[in-house]
Amino acid sequence: MPLKLWRKPLDADKIKVLHGEVYIIKERCKGGKGCNFCIEYCPKEVLEESEEFNKKGFHPPRVKDENNCVLCGFCEAVCPDFAIFTVEKNCEGGC
Amino acid sequence: MSEELHPFETFLRKEMIPHIWCDGCGNGIILNSYLMALKDLNIDFNKVVTVAGIGCIGRVSGYTKTDSYHTTHGRAVAFATGVKLANPELKVAVISGDGDLFAIGGNHFIHAARRNVNLQVICANNFTYGMTGGQYGPTTPLDAWTSTTPYGNVEHPFNLIHLAAASGAVYVARWTTLHVRRLTESIKKALQKEGFSFIEVITPCPEIYGRYNKMRTGIDMMNWFRKASEIRNYSDPAKAEITPERIVLGEFVDIEKPSFGRLLHGMTAKVQEKMKRGNR
Repeated sequence: MPLKLWRKPLDADKIKVLHGEVYIIKERCKGGKGCNFCIEYCPKEVLEESEEFNKKGFHPPRVKDENNCVLCGFCEAVCPDFAIFTVEKNCEGGC
Repeated sequence: MSEELHPFETFLRKEMIPHIWCDGCGNGIILNSYLMALKDLNIDFNKVVTVAGIGCIGRVSGYTKTDSYHTTHGRAVAFATGVKLANPELKVAVISGDGDLFAIGGNHFIHAARRNVNLQVICANNFTYGMTGGQYGPTTPLDAWTSTTPYGNVEHPFNLIHLAAASGAVYVARWTTLHVRRLTESIKKALQKEGFSFIEVITPCPEIYGRYNKMRTGIDMMNWFRKASEIRNYSDPAKAEITPERIVLGEFVDIEKPSFGRLLHGMTAKVQEKMKRGNR
């Protein structure tokens, strides 16, 4: 669990937290019991396991709560199969 | 799902993807960091040659859209030396495994490091010979079980960092596949350096190495890296041995030295000038 902020940072209103959209290329994924790096190492726990099968018989991950994504890009970096990536969400109308 | 494309879509040979590596294998992460480094440095892909040897990781030469070279077993560094000396403008990166670079190709490696040939060597260390069925190799830790050491390994492993530093490499680093960001920064630094740089990447191999050693999934092996790794930048390479309890990571050597290519081409120019003037 993240540490609770006990005091509001001075520049809190200047910092803009980015939001990301998660894209999963399901046919490339080799997820399931064997891999699941993106689910395990997502710092915001955006992804979860799913029961769905792809053509190769693996279980691609499912997006649990996309609003939590802060665009750190670690899922993209740690995916060995080039099957997941994030792009910045357009938040002009509010997220 | 959408029209959005993966950011590395244009860097990969699409007809070869998905790749053949097992689920939970870290080789894809190494390829990923290598492509990330090339993208961040904005290097022209026509000026990069990816040389790979034999082994699971050897297949990166087929997956990247740079010029690439899939060489014979153990001779990746030798072929790369030739490429670099023939055309010094090219950036030559060798991506190969521990069996290829240090078992059959050990001699090529130490002599390329001694001469300081301008190469970037990335070694994927999975502690075993993955493609041939998990025989023990020069980096298998003591007491580890493999298919040919069913009662535990009795040979001491190589400390690759110490070997590279002692042979004269100008940049030596070790990371695991869990430290993706640091690994990418390291590859970027190595690509910009003149001389022989060596990066050892410890990669999970749950199918072939892990299943004999009570780490059946990729996450089990990655969690071992997370638990055991210690970052000690510029510490003594001799003390950076890999044991089940402790994996020392970091940058170990970062020095400047004139490269073999520069010295050789300088000497050639000097002699040609001399010959032109007629006095030998």
